[in-house]
Order: sequence, then C-alpha cells, then structure tokens
Amino acid sequence: MAADFDAIVVGAGCAGSVAAYVLAAKGKSVLLVERGEDAGSKNMTGGRLYAHALREVLPHFEDNAPLERKITTERISLITQDECTTVSFASPRLGEAACDSYAVLRGPFDRWLASQAEDAGAECVFGIAVEDVLWDEDRIAGIVAGGDALTAEVVIIADGVNSLLTEKAKLASRPRPHQIAVGVKETIALSERVISDRFCAADGEGSAWLFAGAATQGHVGGGFLYTNRDSISIGLVATLSDLCTSAVPIYQMMEDFKAHPSIAPLLRGGSLAEYSGHLIPEGGLAMVPELCRDGCLVAGDAAMLCINLGYQVRGMDYAIASGRIAAEVAAEALDAGDTSANRLSAYKLKLSESFVLKDMQAHRDFPAFMEGTPRIFKGYPEMAADIMRGMFAVDGSPVRPMKRIAMEPVKRMGVLTLLKDVRRGMRAL
Amino acid sequence: MIDAASWTVNVDEKLAVDKFNVDEENAHIVVRSRPSEAEFDKLVLCCPAGLYKRTPEGETEFDYAGCLECGTCRILCGDTILEKWTFPQGGMGVSYRYG
Repeated sequence: MAADFDAIVVGAGCAGSVAAYVLAAKGKSVLLVERGEDAGSKNMTGGRLYAHALREVLPHFEDNAPLERKITTERISLITQDECTTVSFASPRLGEAACDSYAVLRGPFDRWLASQAEDAGAECVFGIAVEDVLWDEDRIAGIVAGGDALTAEVVIIADGVNSLLTEKAKLASRPRPHQIAVGVKETIALSERVISDRFCAADGEGSAWLFAGAATQGHVGGGFLYTNRDSISIGLVATLSDLCTSAVPIYQMMEDFKAHPSIAPLLRGGSLAEYSGHLIPEGGLAMVPELCRDGCLVAGDAAMLCINLGYQVRGMDYAIASGRIAAEVAAEALDAGDTSANRLSAYKLKLSESFVLKDMQAHRDFPAFMEGTPRIFKGYPEMAADIMRGMFAVDGSPVRPMKRIAMEPVKRMGVLTLLKDVRRGMRAL
Repeated sequence: MIDAASWTVNVDEKLAVDKFNVDEENAHIVVRSRPSEAEFDKLVLCCPAGLYKRTPEGETEFDYAGCLECGTCRILCGDTILEKWTFPQGGMGVSYRYG
C-alpha cells in the first residue's frame, strides 16, 4: 500500500521547514508537523543567524525574511562584578554577502520560513504534537500524532534539542547535564532610534555581544546581547552540570547581569516584552546521535548540531544546512524507490563532507576545554580588569613600569597556568 | 540547603508577560512524591521559570503552569525525581511571540 506522504517532517524550526521546503520544491508530497500553535512559537534563539546556509536554499531571502538587524559590530567582554574588559570589532566587511549575519527572533523568522515551505507545496499542520514514530518491524514507516498513524516513505526528525523522537526511534540516548546548557533570554522593547544611538549603529545594522565571567557568577557559560530592530535580546547560557552548584537560581543571575554597570544603561527605559528559556546542545561531536536508520533521518538541534566557541555561537546555520542535505538525500532515495538506512546513509557522508560536521570535528575538544577551564569564568576576567585598572587609573602616585602593571596580575594567576590554558585553548580551536 | 533570602527577583512577574495556553486537565510534568532534596534543589536553581520551589517551611512545591518547555528538569532529573516528562499537548503550553 502506498504511504500517505513521500516524506513527513517533524518540527517547523530551521531544519524542519528547510527540509520541507526543499522536498516540496522537488515535487515530493510533504507533511510538516509542528506542536506549537504556529511555527516558532516553541523556539528561541539568542540570537544571530549566519546567513550563508540560508542563502544556499533561498538566495533572495533578504527581500522578505524578517531579519532584525545586520550584525556589523562584534564585542566580547570579560566581566567582573562591576568591571568590563571588551574587545570590539566593527567592520562593514562583516556585513558583506559571503559572511553576513543577522539578529533574528524565532517567532517571526520561523513563521516566515514555514510559509516558504507551504508556498512550495508542503502541507503544514500546527498545534499537533507527534507522540511516537510508527514502526514497521525495524523500519520507521511514519508517525503517530493525536492517536492517528500517518505513513511516509521517509520521516525527517527535526523536533529540536529535547528530541523525544530520536529516543523513541532508538537513535539517541538522553544527553548528559554536562552536554547541555540552558539559555534564558529577555526581549526588551526599546525604540529603533534609541537602540541605534546606544550601539552606534547605522540604520538596519547592529551588534552582537558575548560576555564571560560574572554574567554567570563564575559558572561555566556566559551572557549574550543582540540588537534587534526595536528590541534587545539579552540573556545567559549556563551548562547544567555546573549551574546546579550555583548559589542563586538562573533567573536571579539574569537579574544581576542586567544590573551590571556596563549593561544597565543600555537597557534603561526598556520594557520586558518576553521572557524565554531553551536548551542548547553544547556537547559537540560526542553527543551527535545516529543520524539515520531505515526510513528516517535526523537534522538540526535534534541531531545536536551546535557549536559555542565563546566568540561564535552557531546552531541555526547548521540546522538549515542539515535540513537541506537531509531533504536532498531523501529526495534522491525517493526517486530510487529505496529509503533504507543503507541508501539514506549518504546523508552522513554528505554532512561530513560539508562545513557542518567538518566544524563539529574541528572543534570536538572545545566543550571539554571550556568545562575543564574554570578560570575563563572566574580568574581571567579579574586578571584582565586588574591589568586595565593598572593602565587607566591615575591617582598621582609615581607611575609603575608597564611590565609590572601587566605582569603582576598574570603572576597572581600563575604564568604557567595561563600559558597552558592558552595552549590548550588554541589546540581545541 | 538552599538559602533564598538574597534572591530579589520575582520570576512570576517575568512569566506574566508571556503567552500561555495552560492545559488545566493534563500535567505534562509530574514530580515523584517525596523527591530527593538534593535533586529537587538542582531544579530550584536551574529551572528558568522557577517552577520548582521551596516554601518558607522548606517543603518542596511544583506547578507546571508557567513551564517554558525548555527540558532542563528532564536533563537534570529525568531519571531521579520526575515521574513523567513530556511536551504539552499540541497547541498548549507556552507560545513565544518573539522567541
């Protein structure tokens, strides 16, 4: 008996909607199922989208995608309780088409992306939670949703970081607390003009800003800030295995972070538009599940494709690329009339030949480096502030030689410790 | 034991701006009765919505209304003090407008 659909895609996030779009554009019958009442209603990003992967799928996305601001200024700060040492890089070249990136909000962005799939011919249903995969012996033959079984030649699982389906499909086990970070975010409404002024941004442009240190009160993780058109996304990311040893809850950390003297003036007069929370798969290559089996592929956060390097945080571009590649492999398999694991394993091969798994492979040791180097979060931010204060604070006492200003704080940390950490960090990058 | 005396923020005020369709009939997360104190306190600290609470008397308290469906409790305590963790039924639960 023929299946109800050529393909069923579970989850209308970046990976799922792109997979549905690509399959529909190739003339396949596709069902895209999303548990939220609309696409994006369960999703949250910091966040910033690196556009290269989207451009590959939708070359003219800039004409109508709801992009907040093009990011042309990058900042990284080490912060103590009341001090802030920042590296800032502003460049028009960050906005050029090969490497442009945009602040986005997933509500509007995901609705737009799902509408691209719908316009291409995918059938989209919202407000339906997929409860299980449908088995036909060892093969995945569809989904179970609302008590009904729906069949497809191939199922693409893109149900996000809390993928209950990859567990049910026996492709993954539940991630461990050291592999997962929780992100909390406040979307603070401010006028477009005020944001442009506070961040010295040209019209339509803005900043991405990452923080390590007191943002998470010395715990593994960091703070983030992105400028949207008329709101600011500000939040924290903290690794669960370490956060659960904190003295205060994450929402109190968030409040303290917003009150930091380098942050509070940027938010002044803004009003809270939304408070959100989401998990981030930060365990790197080691937590990537089995990516295919008979009748099934996994893409996006469900495949744990994400990297946080402290200066680059990426997941959405990997989701888009993996959704595209999964759909291309699925379409070829459908044409060949063979959606066995053997045929679908071309997905793994293509992903490993693409930037997605090449990046994950290149940075496979970085999660352990972050976790094993607590000084990044408590120690180095204070050291940096000590050096800066030594340089900039003038109180009329005789000047000290630069060598002492710089080296005394380093010696307090331990010169060898610092050298070893730098060496280990460079290796992991 | 958790010391909440220095916590100044009321997380319920943050949640009040979010849009929820709470499923009053079905709890999508259920905590076991008499949960381990140490495990429960992990969730007091890590749940972004502050749904795992200690009363002033130190009793444990949990309410799934206000859940952001992030999965923090599933990852930390899914095997220890949770009897059930699933997503709300389709269309129910939090509905981000910005995200």
